[in-house]
Amino acid sequence: MPRNRSARVAALASAQGRPPTSASLQSRAATVFRRRLVLGVLVVVSLVLVSVYFRESSGGSLHGVQSGAASVLRPFEVAAQRVARPFRDAAGWIGGLAGARSKNKRLQREVDKLRQEKIQNEELQRENAQLRKLLAYRRSKRFPVDYRGIGVDIIAQPPSQFQQRVVLNAGSNDGIQVHDPVVTADGLVGQVTKVTRNTCQVTLLTDQTSAASARDSKTGASGIVLHDPSSSSLILDQVPKEDVVNRGDVIVTAGWRSGNLASIYPRGIKIGRVRSVSQLDTDSYKRIQLDAFVDFGSLESVLVLVPKARG
Amino acid sequence: MALDWTKLGVFVFLAAILQASVFSEVSIVGGTPDLMLVAVVAVSLLRGSIVGASMGFVGGFLFDTATLGTLGFTSLLLTLVGYWAGRYGETTGRDRSHAPFLAVAVITVVYAIGALSLHFMLGDPAPVRHVLIDTLFQDIALNLLVTIPVYGLARRVLRPAERAERIEGVRLLGQ
Repeated sequence: MPRNRSARVAALASAQGRPPTSASLQSRAATVFRRRLVLGVLVVVSLVLVSVYFRESSGGSLHGVQSGAASVLRPFEVAAQRVARPFRDAAGWIGGLAGARSKNKRLQREVDKLRQEKIQNEELQRENAQLRKLLAYRRSKRFPVDYRGIGVDIIAQPPSQFQQRVVLNAGSNDGIQVHDPVVTADGLVGQVTKVTRNTCQVTLLTDQTSAASARDSKTGASGIVLHDPSSSSLILDQVPKEDVVNRGDVIVTAGWRSGNLASIYPRGIKIGRVRSVSQLDTDSYKRIQLDAFVDFGSLESVLVLVPKARG
Repeated sequence: MALDWTKLGVFVFLAAILQASVFSEVSIVGGTPDLMLVAVVAVSLLRGSIVGASMGFVGGFLFDTATLGTLGFTSLLLTLVGYWAGRYGETTGRDRSHAPFLAVAVITVVYAIGALSLHFMLGDPAPVRHVLIDTLFQDIALNLLVTIPVYGLARRVLRPAERAERIEGVRLLGQ
């Protein structure tokens, strides 16, 4: 079978016993020509449009024509959008429903994560503030001169009704020994009572076995700070009745020294403020109750005072 | 005759407006239906290559005007689409029930490649991976879905051309 179409037509026509007419072939050729002419013209016009539009500036004539035509089409576009809006909203609603459940789960996970981060951030902020306070105290004039401070975190607070003790994450490897005083920027915390290589135990001032020689920073009256189990508060005991102690006075460590003997705590560390002063005729000493400066219930970081002479 | 051209014009005009203002914003599983392309293919299959190419040109021009795109860009592509679909409808695809679907599927792919090439030649971004891999199958599927109502409507509105209006060469072979 010949590949040329006209020849194929002629071949088929002759196979069917009909000779191809020249008129039909001419008509066929005209149709083909017309078809290709239309295609050619349209393609050329399109290419010319693209070229001219691409090359001219945004104020060119073609752009102007487009702009005018777009203005004419705009009402139809607006009308089409308005007609389609309910269907689009419905489709969006259905699509939203389908995605809502998974989105809800994802958002819930995100909320949980953010909540956790918020708690951690608040924790870090508090810790940061506390550490800054300790650092400021270490650099201040109130800090005992002959000591250096080792910043330590509390890693355990064993609950007990009878003992007030905490465990710190530093020990003999860090130069800490038994009887080393422990303080915060607010005041006296207690003393080290047990030491291992990397940890140590601190007995708080609120423990029944703790005691600290102290004095009134204003009047000089001296006594011993103890924990009173009946009132669950600190008291300044053994202050003679003739000594003057006023409500609101600040009580600090006495830091006495007598020959080779010295108190455990260095001088001038704040302990508490006098809350009440009373005495009975039958009492030997004043009854003085204190409000401790340190909040023993929320300790996190402390300073262990190590004598500089120890090295 | 005049009525027929009017119907053709309105059909293509509506397709261009709907595509520009509604269907371009539709995204289903990453694909977008091309109502304009399907309409031109439907018209071409029913009316032949000359009408198909002409309506493709007009529809493309309207679309570029409505979307303020490069004039002539879509016209060029849809002119070729209309011509090829029309030739297919005049020859092997004539009176075949699968013709619209086959034509739409193939033309969607060819149209995507053509558009990418033109964009590249004009210096526009031409994301080949996104067009040919990430979204092409979704586009084909959506266009095939749209073919059912559009071709059905086109057949109802633009009745198929009479035998006398068809290419003589084809008639000669068919007799």
